Amino acid sequence: MSQNKGKAKIEVIEKYCKGCNICVAFCPTNVLEMDGFVVKVARLEECIKCMQCELRCPDFAIKVHDA
Amino acid sequence: MAYDYEKNIRPGKLPHIWCPGCGHGIAMKGLIRAMDTCGLDKNNTAMVSGIGCASRLPGYMDYCTLHTAHGRAAAFATGIKMAKPEMNVICVGGDGDGVAIGGNHFIHACRRNIDMTYVVFNNYIYGMTGGQFSPTTPTGDKASTTPYGNPDPTFDISKLAIGAGATFVARTTAFHATQIDKLIVQGIKHKGMAVIEVLDDCPTTYGRRNRFRSVVDMMKRLKDIAVPVAAAGKMSPEQLEGKVLTGVLHQEDRPEYCEQYTEVIKRAQAQSE
Repeated sequence: MSQNKGKAKIEVIEKYCKGCNICVAFCPTNVLEMDGFVVKVARLEECIKCMQCELRCPDFAIKVHDA
Repeated sequence: MAYDYEKNIRPGKLPHIWCPGCGHGIAMKGLIRAMDTCGLDKNNTAMVSGIGCASRLPGYMDYCTLHTAHGRAAAFATGIKMAKPEMNVICVGGDGDGVAIGGNHFIHACRRNIDMTYVVFNNYIYGMTGGQFSPTTPTGDKASTTPYGNPDPTFDISKLAIGAGATFVARTTAFHATQIDKLIVQGIKHKGMAVIEVLDDCPTTYGRRNRFRSVVDMMKRLKDIAVPVAAAGKMSPEQLEGKVLTGVLHQEDRPEYCEQYTEVIKRAQAQSE
């Protein structure tokens, strides 16, 4: 996993995000944080592409791409 | 790398109506991945639902869909399967819709062992109608109609399905996102009635009345109560207190209903000739 570090691109579709906080809570490397009622990518370089946020987002609002 | 869910969703339907943090969205993603893995043809797959939060799901899906009367998803799905046995039929519904209001249809679909996949989204409450307690609301928990605690014992949907005769029964939770699609894939490939119970969370009408301050608390609870079937064998009854088993709970081979009925038709035609 660690060899993937820093090679991700995280897309947040803001009009789908309802700010439930699931992705922020379950990200193992604290990449995401809340910005009001919408999630934002705060520390992209920490992303290990584990896909936990994309899998657990109930609102189809997060996508993790290869950079 | 990101999964393309949109190709299975009707254009313009997102964002969906479910509340922030509702586990139905996670389960829907699992269902989409499973249907993709099985390579189901959009024109040859029927998704059927009744009424409720979970039953809104087929409305978003770009397949043949049917939104029916409350609790009657299994009845309509049985009709589709009988008329067109070559169709893949997937039923979706909540706990209240599937095993309370539609309980009779559900158990008889299980008994017949008709070839369909029934995904039950168990969020422990009637969410859409205002948080009334359902047959799966844990004893003692509060709902809008049980403000002093629910006195009723609860249904175990998986055990109910096994008892009624379903030939594939599995359970997972919205927290275990990757397990959802694996179990649904097995259910779709299984010849006969497959019931997959997905435990999920209703933060709006269940969580906030019952000691769960946030969506994340509810997801952590799902993580804590789930015990894989394989691990449960090594645990004592005390350790299993308050836990639910996840994984494939039951699988057997039994004659499928449409095939049996085809035999009946052949016998009747042979007699009339």
